[in-house]
Amino acid sequence: MKFGVIQFPGSNCDQDAYYAIRDVLQQPVDYIWHQESNLAGYDCVILPGGFSYGDYLRTGAIARFSPVMGAVQEFADRGGLVIGICNGFQILCEAHLLPGALLANNTLRFRCKYLHVRVENDTSSFTHLCYRGQVLRIPIAHHSGCYYCEPDVLKELEEQDRILLRYCDRDGNVTEQSNPNGSVSNIAGILNEQGNVAGMMPHPERAVEDLLGSEDGVLIFRSIVERLS
Amino acid sequence: MPKANVYITLKPSLLDAQGKVVQGALEKLGYTNVSAVRIGKYIQIELEGDGDLEQQVDDMCRKLLANPVIEDYRFEIER
Repeated sequence: MKFGVIQFPGSNCDQDAYYAIRDVLQQPVDYIWHQESNLAGYDCVILPGGFSYGDYLRTGAIARFSPVMGAVQEFADRGGLVIGICNGFQILCEAHLLPGALLANNTLRFRCKYLHVRVENDTSSFTHLCYRGQVLRIPIAHHSGCYYCEPDVLKELEEQDRILLRYCDRDGNVTEQSNPNGSVSNIAGILNEQGNVAGMMPHPERAVEDLLGSEDGVLIFRSIVERLS
Repeated sequence: MPKANVYITLKPSLLDAQGKVVQGALEKLGYTNVSAVRIGKYIQIELEGDGDLEQQVDDMCRKLLANPVIEDYRFEIER
């Protein structure tokens, strides 16, 4: 089993993701430069957080045309597991690997804090070690995390159980107050139709040790490892 | 040299948080008749040649400049 962490110019959570996989999960992992066009030999590819290409034009808009994104598309088509975190989620939406888009937070503020998300799908490759309704404490750090999709897409996401995580309060109640950015239906993470591509705004790689304030993020990565084993 | 002026705005159904803030500021300045403000992007593109520039710029907008999920675009070409 091998993980790859893609590095775009401006990625800045790549080392955290690499650390989570190598040191906490103790799994083999490589950095993959954005000019790479071959992902043979990898089982899971992580698109990390950051500000690829300075967020110019729109978040993720330029990164999606990197050579590696063609390879990510093929990798996903072959069933490889892909997880986009924060800027990675934005890139996956821009690349149409996930539906919808991420807008500026409705508060217009950069939100950087620990919060709670509720697990909505406990069978996916990314969350099957959690239970439905489980509350995870994971930080966010973004300016453009307001998930938006058309109402028919939202209906599809709900009917096909493709909403992974929703922002909630500490008791698991999905409320307007617990929504940090104005995301439609408090959505914090979603899946593609085939279930092998996930995107989320919270940063599980920043919550992998008690020392960091939470180790709930490990559940996400360990789910992937067990699914691939 | 032909020039394309591209205007990109958030779809009307989406909240434009920046526009709302600016609207509030204008109202505070006494412009009580401001009923809406929407903020968008303006992109100038200088082009060479005289092929089907309309088609080309439209492609640019759809592929990169605008995200059709959240944005509308329009453009004009100055020749």
